[in-house]
Amino acid sequence: MTYRTGTEAFIQGVRTLIPLTPGVIPFGLVTGVMAIEMGMSPGMSMGMTVLFYSGSAQLVALQLLQNGAVPVAVVVTALIINLRFIMYSASLAPYLHHLPRRWTWPVSYMLSDQSYALCAVKFSSGELGRFAPHFYAGTAGAMWLTWQLSVLAGVYLGASIPQTWSLSFAVPLSFLALLVPNIRGAASLGAAVVGGLIAVFAVTLPYNLGLVTASVGGVIAGLLIESIRKKALSNASTNDVEREAQ
Amino acid sequence: MSDLSLWGMFLAVGIGTFVMRLSFVEIYGRWRIPTLLSRALVYVPPSVLASLVLPAVVYPHGQGAFVFDNPQIPAAIVAAWIAWKTRSTVLTLALGMAVLWGVKVIAS
Repeated sequence: MTYRTGTEAFIQGVRTLIPLTPGVIPFGLVTGVMAIEMGMSPGMSMGMTVLFYSGSAQLVALQLLQNGAVPVAVVVTALIINLRFIMYSASLAPYLHHLPRRWTWPVSYMLSDQSYALCAVKFSSGELGRFAPHFYAGTAGAMWLTWQLSVLAGVYLGASIPQTWSLSFAVPLSFLALLVPNIRGAASLGAAVVGGLIAVFAVTLPYNLGLVTASVGGVIAGLLIESIRKKALSNASTNDVEREAQ
Repeated sequence: MSDLSLWGMFLAVGIGTFVMRLSFVEIYGRWRIPTLLSRALVYVPPSVLASLVLPAVVYPHGQGAFVFDNPQIPAAIVAAWIAWKTRSTVLTLALGMAVLWGVKVIAS
């Protein structure tokens, strides 16, 4: 549908995001609790949350800090996890680039998996009309606020949770909940299996190089499986492979 | 680690992430993303996430020490199955933790 005013589009963007919040709030709570359990002050935990604005990178950074990784490894790993934003940026750029910088910079900062997923299809179909950026800003702003508030709730909950609850296991569980929807076919499954196995066997490499090695290995495995399947299926239906390559 | 180096680290990640988010919005029309790169980026999330999950599950005490009575392994298998079936973060976290606690209670 097309919107008559920017405000209408913005509000509709906020509304579209609301059903996704139950999936976001637990991650935020876990992130806040972990930061406090690591001994960070509430101010520092929230500073980290505002600067990162990326739950998976933040949880990974916290886990690596707990394992005593060197700062460079933490920064590199967090940035590798966030590489996907380059892809999102490329996909949304045709619809946002014409705006002035006082808008593109804030809405780019607020780019997230959720608002990307909500907007990418609607943008390219053109159904949002000329207020598409307002709709996007609605989803992005609502997502930002949801995330900050749920981490804040975790920060204040953190101190009251006893160690015996083994809540640190919630971190790999959160990653698992993020991982599973990313497996959409043989190639992404291959990337996950190869990446995971290399990580298990390379865990003793210094400076957390095991994770970087495993990630690169997994990506190469995914690409190889994708091209093998493309060749094998070139005469049959290739829908599956194409869907995954998007 | 000192507070100052932590802040420096957070700032580095924050700026780097912002640059990646802004990248193509800023330079639109001047540079196209190479096909191989955009294909490779699809496999970054499954690969990175799996290489985080597996070691964290297999080695409950950190660095490379495999233990046989590890309640995290059954808990992770159940959680993965729940995530696959329901796609729900809440259920994955809740049932994964429930299995972990259950196995710990039975084993103790």
